[in-house]
Amino acid sequence: MPGQQLTKTDDLSAAFDRRNADWYIDKLVQVLVFIGGISAIIFVIAIFAFVTKEGFGFILDRFDLQEFFTSPYWYPSDEDAPEYGILALIAGTASVTGLAMLVAIPFSLGTAVFIAEFASGKTREGLKVLVELLAAIPSVVWGFIGLSIMNPIIIDVFDVPVGLNVLNAGIILGLMAAPIMTSIAEDALKAVPDRYREAAEAMGATRWQVIYKTVLPAAKNGLLGAVLLGVGRGFGETMAVLMATGHSVNIPGSVFDSVRALTATIAAELGETAVGSDHYQVLFTIGIFLFLITFVINLTADLIVRGIRKG
Amino acid sequence: MFETSELNVHNQRVQRLYRTLFLMMTLLLIIPVLLILGTLIVKGGSVISIDFLFTSPTDGMTAGGLFPALFGTVWLVAVALLISVPLGIAAAIYLSEYAGENWFTRIINLAIINLAGVPSIVHALFGVGAFVLFFKFGTSILAASLTLAIMTLPVVIVATRESLTAVPHAFREACWNMGATRWQTIRRVVLPNAVSGILTGVILEVSRTSGETAPIMFTGAVFFTPFLPQSVFDQTMAMSLHLFVVSTQVPGVPEDLPYGVALVLIAMVLIMNSVSIAFRMYLRGKKKW
Repeated sequence: MPGQQLTKTDDLSAAFDRRNADWYIDKLVQVLVFIGGISAIIFVIAIFAFVTKEGFGFILDRFDLQEFFTSPYWYPSDEDAPEYGILALIAGTASVTGLAMLVAIPFSLGTAVFIAEFASGKTREGLKVLVELLAAIPSVVWGFIGLSIMNPIIIDVFDVPVGLNVLNAGIILGLMAAPIMTSIAEDALKAVPDRYREAAEAMGATRWQVIYKTVLPAAKNGLLGAVLLGVGRGFGETMAVLMATGHSVNIPGSVFDSVRALTATIAAELGETAVGSDHYQVLFTIGIFLFLITFVINLTADLIVRGIRKG
Repeated sequence: MFETSELNVHNQRVQRLYRTLFLMMTLLLIIPVLLILGTLIVKGGSVISIDFLFTSPTDGMTAGGLFPALFGTVWLVAVALLISVPLGIAAAIYLSEYAGENWFTRIINLAIINLAGVPSIVHALFGVGAFVLFFKFGTSILAASLTLAIMTLPVVIVATRESLTAVPHAFREACWNMGATRWQTIRRVVLPNAVSGILTGVILEVSRTSGETAPIMFTGAVFFTPFLPQSVFDQTMAMSLHLFVVSTQVPGVPEDLPYGVALVLIAMVLIMNSVSIAFRMYLRGKKKW
């Protein structure tokens, strides 16, 4: 009996087979858009693979984990005894990013709170547009601003000989990262359901009490995600820090010291190296390091932000 | 019954205080940037003229205009768009119309976030390793535009996906019930309703692409070339790199010249972004559902 049933279904499906041209086009498109869909994954893997491929020779032959991360001496083009320590470069990147976050976190979160909770109507729309436009200013323009506008201001105000330093790059990077952090933070505040605010207001809370006791705790993860993405952005920024830090290898003792960042080192030196040389390969090794760090930062930010969506 | 109590007065005062505090923070963030932009406009405005836009640099780049850089940026952006727009739209169609809510889709989303978050200089290293050396395109517009396209792909994907998911599901169901295939539904119903949103994303992409510097530094853009590019295998000058070059690499540049270059670059980017924003607001006002 079961066998007979099966034949019947087969006959039926043959009779109702609608696989005409449209059906095949549909399947073809499905394959094409799937390729588009997985392209992002392919590219991320390809970026890691190709950067590793170029930098791998150095990791195999010359790489000394301890020297690489703990030596402050970066003399890659020394003919007799080149030294490849990136500690000073890490210190440069970290000091600039740290100062930038000191500038950007309070102001961007404050602006986000103002836009999302205090402002209304035209003011809110206007501020949102302004923030979006500020986020669009290219990094090379920010670098130029650091170089030609901030530099003389810092020399005048603080009476220091050089205005291209941690302070300059930190402020520039902070101003750069703030608009992006503001819009992500504002999204996080907007994601808090209005019924939370209504419930708190019904209990007699003032606007500030509503924000401080209800909205901010509810948006905590989203705000943390915004901060992390800002850190990632600061860490990976290249042109602005290349132009505004002063670009000298240094472990900074104060904000008025010039430093050099990891990203800027690659940008400044890759053009001068011979393909396949140790110096060329070590720059790619720094690239692998940068890739991995930003990967971890982005992954963490994503996990934190997704945490609230579930809860 | 509704007399203003002392507590209420106190609360209102505190409320006003906080509002002012946060307004100050907002203004402290925005006003310095506006002052900086104002300086750029004043100093750069004196340099900009028709000649500045349409002549080549002369006297070792210390005089003349920026036409080759402007022309090169148009090339770079156009070729990058030819690659990233179809790919980005395909990816967005997949994510919005086909993908289910599962681990695989999460990985794709994570990859998109990462693609946007990888430092621009790492994209440059990738471009050198993959397109310049491995695929042997050399330093060319093609290699630079491919690098730019991959870097800015998330912009197209995110904007397109947003406008596709904004098309109500009922539209699709109605179309399926008429016996249309998935693709027919997408082509005849979903895409026409989302096309303006996609266009907004494409304009944003143009703006992002034209401002990037690091990814093109070693893949196709050069400090100076007397020739305008003839094909995608030529090298070219570019606006963003030109600003870097005249402000750091060339001695004896008059002080105001880089301001002019910066102003042209920033005007390009901000005008495109404003168009995109205005377009989006117009669409929001027109929306029928």
